Amino acid sequence: MFNKFQTIMRKKIVEILILLYKIKHMSSTHSMQDIVTQVRRDILRMVHKVNSGHPGGSLGCAEFFVSLYNEVLDLKEGFDMNGTNEDLFFLSNGHISPVFYSVLARRGYFAVDELNSFRLIDSRLQGHPTTHEGLPGVRIASGSLGQGLSVAIGAAQAKKLNNDSKLVYALMGDGELQEGQNWEAIMYAAAKKVDNLIATVDLNGKQIDGSTDEVLPMGSLEAKFLAFGWDVLTIEKGNDIEAIVAGLHKAKGMTGQGKPICILMKTEMGNGVDFMMHTHAWHGKAPNDEQLSSALAQNPETLGDY
Amino acid sequence: MKEYSNQGSQDTRSGFGAGLTELGRTNPNVVALCADLIGSLKMDQFIEENPERFFQVGIAEANMMGIAAGLTIGGKIPFTGTFANFSTGRVYDQIRQSIAYSNKNVKICASHAGVTLGEDGATHQILEDIGLMKMLPGMVVINPCDFNQTKAATLAIADHEGPVYLRFGRPKVANFTPADQNFEIGKGILLQEGTDLTIVATGHLVWEALEAAKTLHSNGISAEVINIHTIKPLDKDIILKSVGKTGAIVTAEEHNYLGGLGESVARVLAENNPTPQEFIATQDTFGESGTPAQLMDKYGLNAAAIVKASEKVIQRK
Repeated sequence: MFNKFQTIMRKKIVEILILLYKIKHMSSTHSMQDIVTQVRRDILRMVHKVNSGHPGGSLGCAEFFVSLYNEVLDLKEGFDMNGTNEDLFFLSNGHISPVFYSVLARRGYFAVDELNSFRLIDSRLQGHPTTHEGLPGVRIASGSLGQGLSVAIGAAQAKKLNNDSKLVYALMGDGELQEGQNWEAIMYAAAKKVDNLIATVDLNGKQIDGSTDEVLPMGSLEAKFLAFGWDVLTIEKGNDIEAIVAGLHKAKGMTGQGKPICILMKTEMGNGVDFMMHTHAWHGKAPNDEQLSSALAQNPETLGDY
Repeated sequence: MKEYSNQGSQDTRSGFGAGLTELGRTNPNVVALCADLIGSLKMDQFIEENPERFFQVGIAEANMMGIAAGLTIGGKIPFTGTFANFSTGRVYDQIRQSIAYSNKNVKICASHAGVTLGEDGATHQILEDIGLMKMLPGMVVINPCDFNQTKAATLAIADHEGPVYLRFGRPKVANFTPADQNFEIGKGILLQEGTDLTIVATGHLVWEALEAAKTLHSNGISAEVINIHTIKPLDKDIILKSVGKTGAIVTAEEHNYLGGLGESVARVLAENNPTPQEFIATQDTFGESGTPAQLMDKYGLNAAAIVKASEKVIQRK
């Protein structure tokens, strides 16, 4: 009798915990969506102001950056270059700097007002990210493509030498994988069992001159990464916060098992702005005044504009 | 005249290996990377003593430079090792963006520089590396002259915060500088005092400059000899002080005259004290196969060539 009561109570407690988790999860998902909407506004306003920059890929990765910085990365307060005992993130496709800067600012690395200085003279927010101007949150310059994965691998190996159990994350574009250095790095990471590394490929299928299939078809990236000795998982809905968080958590669970982890994340370039989606046209082009109004109307202010 | 004696010829790359071995014992943050040239770079001893601090990257120099940049994030001091050609030209953009522009504390250690690599020929004999590296903002460029100095330089760059290009060579050359020298980055060394002209040399050409000074002395010409082991930052003071006295200068290096030490010196002189200058360097050409001695002779990179240039520059005063 007592045992039966105990079992029922245990079940109830588990149900309540699940409910609480769902409530927290729902609310955090909701607020992350708000952040995404605000980040989209930041991206659009930043590139519009200077009539340059890369909105397409930035918008396509907004959900990824917001999920990563708000739900996945284990971060310390403040910023130090070495990043001891915290997770590290490296952006290899540096041209999507608008989304990186917006999320760093919204996460508190620097004042959101500074987003006003994007691509202007004497700014820390250079066209492509750099450590040169001392912007908190940036650990390597990127922009010339194909270099970030190697850097992330080095940082991951330094963590191992330092007995630092935190992880290293990297993001690369899919077109960027046409650079040969990536394949040197992909071969090396598997050979050296760099299993504290999660590298995500932004699989939007587009690059400057057209679709990746038109420019230089890369075949099955999954088959290629697997053949090179990586563990691979796919996030089919790369613009869905829940799917991204689930995918990143799953990847996290796969670390420490002798293999680097690759996430193939299918995204829509220009996501969240109807006329920027389903085309490569907005890879590196800023909207005009009219287009900006239309784009912002589709993404109402949530956290407050900078 | 000061007498310099060869303590026994050795290769400068072995000086690097000895320095790296010592760093392995004294500095726990020093790590080493190599692109399939361990034996050529004399890294064996470091690897034997510190296997966990060594990274064999395979024949993938671009990846090696990126990994080195990443290792600094976490406090490591990476020393990369491969031939000078593959340390510079092959990976220029990786060095430019991930190391120099990112101001990473990477030590790019480059062996087999210049024509003295010998029989492998021009594909491997880079004569442009000093120029490539000195043009990168923040990059320190060092080309020591013998075994002892290369060892001392290797130790010194570990204590310098920031990217460094350390250039050395393959052949056995005279080892004449003190074993216990304190290597000061950016400080030239006055080796021989003289009054008629100044010879400023770097790397393998320093010993040749001392030999040239002896010949010149017996011909009644007094040559001052300065060892410029650091091409960037350049020791302007020692050069200006010397030419202020001699009024003529010969620069000597195992490198193209375009982009090398000679041009850096010429700029300092043009700005401060225009002085007749002759350039001992390769004349905008690639190298070729041959023995190191044959090549140094054919390309005019030895004591005999320095003597000739010295006699010429004095006529231009």
